[in-house]
Amino acid sequence: MGILEVKNVGKRFGGLQALGDVNLSIAENTVHAIIGPNGAGKSTLLNCLVGKLIPDTGSVMFDGKSVLGRKPYEINQMGISRVFQTPEIFADLSVMENMMIPCFAKRDGAFQMNAIATIPSQRDVIASAEQMLEDMNMADKRHMHAGSLSRGDKRRLEIGMCLSQEPRLLLLDEPTAGMARADTNNTIDLLKQISEERDITIAIIEHDMHVVFSLAERITVLAQGTPLVEDTPDRIKGNPKVREAYLGETQDAA
Amino acid sequence: MGLTKKDFTLLIIVAVLCLFAPFILNPFPEGSAMAQFNAGYPDLMQRLVIFGIFAIGFNILFGLTGYLSFGHAAFLGVGSYAAIWMMKLLTMNVIPAIIVSVAVAGLFSLLVGWISLRRSGIYFSILTLAFAQMSYSLAYSVLTPITGGETGLQPKYTDPRILDGDLPPGETPRANLFGLDMKDSTQITMGDWVFTFNAGYYVAAVVMLVAFYVSIRIFRSPFGMMLRAVKSNQQRLNYTGLNSKPYTLAAFVISGMYAGLAGGLLVAMDTQVGAERMFWTASGEVVLMTILGGAGTLIGPVLGAGFIKYFENIISKINESILHQWFAFMPDGIEDFLVSMVYPFIGKGWHLTLGIVFMLVVIFLPGGLVEGGQRVARLFKRRKPSSDKPDGKTTPAE
Ligand SMILES: Nc1ncnc2c1ncn2[C@@H]1O[C@H](COP(=O)(O)OP(=O)(O)OP(=O)(O)O)[C@@H](O)[C@H]1O
Ligand SMILES: [Mg+2]
Repeated sequence: MGILEVKNVGKRFGGLQALGDVNLSIAENTVHAIIGPNGAGKSTLLNCLVGKLIPDTGSVMFDGKSVLGRKPYEINQMGISRVFQTPEIFADLSVMENMMIPCFAKRDGAFQMNAIATIPSQRDVIASAEQMLEDMNMADKRHMHAGSLSRGDKRRLEIGMCLSQEPRLLLLDEPTAGMARADTNNTIDLLKQISEERDITIAIIEHDMHVVFSLAERITVLAQGTPLVEDTPDRIKGNPKVREAYLGETQDAA
Repeated sequence: MGLTKKDFTLLIIVAVLCLFAPFILNPFPEGSAMAQFNAGYPDLMQRLVIFGIFAIGFNILFGLTGYLSFGHAAFLGVGSYAAIWMMKLLTMNVIPAIIVSVAVAGLFSLLVGWISLRRSGIYFSILTLAFAQMSYSLAYSVLTPITGGETGLQPKYTDPRILDGDLPPGETPRANLFGLDMKDSTQITMGDWVFTFNAGYYVAAVVMLVAFYVSIRIFRSPFGMMLRAVKSNQQRLNYTGLNSKPYTLAAFVISGMYAGLAGGLLVAMDTQVGAERMFWTASGEVVLMTILGGAGTLIGPVLGAGFIKYFENIISKINESILHQWFAFMPDGIEDFLVSMVYPFIGKGWHLTLGIVFMLVVIFLPGGLVEGGQRVARLFKRRKPSSDKPDGKTTPAE
């Protein structure tokens, strides 16, 4: 039994079968990559895991409990955090405030009427937010408006926000898209370090094969809404079906 | 007091302005041509601070969460009715009236917010508007036994008022604070100037300062930060394990309680209430105040409320003969022409003037009067050779 069990999940948008019949099992404390061409249904699959979409058919179990029918905040509190394909941050707030909010969510739960306390008095939250900014190499940007960050920095901020919740399952939708090479490598190192040091399972969608092969222990190839193959990185590299469907093109492009 | 130096300074400035308002608002000597621009009389000063409270509360909802309610006058009205009933049944002391007006408005806003917050954006606004108009209609017709319908309510000699002793026959009941009559005024004459110090005004001003202090604390609290996060990106908030619903509902109820407080104070100052207080234009006015002053800023709503209430009073008092006085030095033809040009904007035309000012502000100063002030301050800073620190620009919600 994996920590995440997706069984027979299907999702239709009007006439388009975005997900056919997806079965996926992600083992605890592994890094699992999901790759596939544009429009394969990768983001749709993630949407079904975090409560953004409810699949038409099938079941999604996290740690033995069904996530279907739960609200996004409940699913997050179960231990699933997600980085979105287009960065979702609090653009009007400062970088530091962005980092503090998930720390509050972790400490206080889904709602806390904390209207009397001042923010500087929340030392534990400030300390963990500052630590995370440090880890993300963003400490110098803590006073900046998050909306004025570069695309790559927004993404790193969002990754940091998710990590600061110490989730059990981290879902990353193209986390290095829009990042400079150096930042991409930093992110790879950070994710590697985190997956080694912590009890965390990571599911990563990525077009950058360098990232995929640096991190993944298992890879699922998704095409037209159905998993084509699931295997170890080495075997995926050699799989002619995958090369044809996907890998060949992107490696040329890269 | 748990405030940063900057916030504390702001609070002190507002307190000093409130304290000396009878002087500041009466800069022109009595009987001079400019005396009509004086605003230092009790009735207007009370309104300035009471509508300041209304707008401060509205800003906690609209300025922080971005949820635009078009029905907040309903809470003000409910607060007023609650206050007047306290005065009829219990005592003419304003304390129970004000406490109960806050509590009742809080409960009512809990109900309205709980239903309206099922939707967001324009649908939320329409729901609140619908609730307010329903309240208005009910107060006007079906609920006449409680609200007095068209005639409204006033404390009467015959009311039970169980805590107060019997009034001497023929005496009208007067609102008081442990015996201090709200209408008590002392006048000080200094040369040609006359300054009026009114008990009710100072009571309302103290309440406003407390309300302002509480709002600063809310703005600077973790709760306030969550409200700003709701406005910035509700999706991210929900996917960060936070339930935005109770946050927005709490903000809604708090702002409803501020509205109720304003309603209760209106009654404490002037012991009467009618249903028109809940009409949709009254809800619209607080929206204008908040946006005009600067939504999401601390001091903006107070400025906006002051601006609108001041000019409403002054401009609607100007009439044609005053205009003729002003332009009397011109040749007759030009005088008549100028008067006819300005005339539509004064007196009953006040709303036209307000509309134009509002449009200009929204287009050229989207941050309201506060942004205007900041721009002026920056102009002065740039003149000085000292280095221009980018400090403060990065911290939202000044
Ligand atoms: N909310 C929606 N409504 C209608 N169609 C949708 C919706 N979301 C996704 N789709 C469609 O479903 C298909 C799968 O989309 P999805 O975003 O899951 O692809 P993807 O694998 O993430 O692609 P990419 O690599 O470009 O991000 C696409 O054809 C897309 O247009
Ligand atoms: Mg996608």
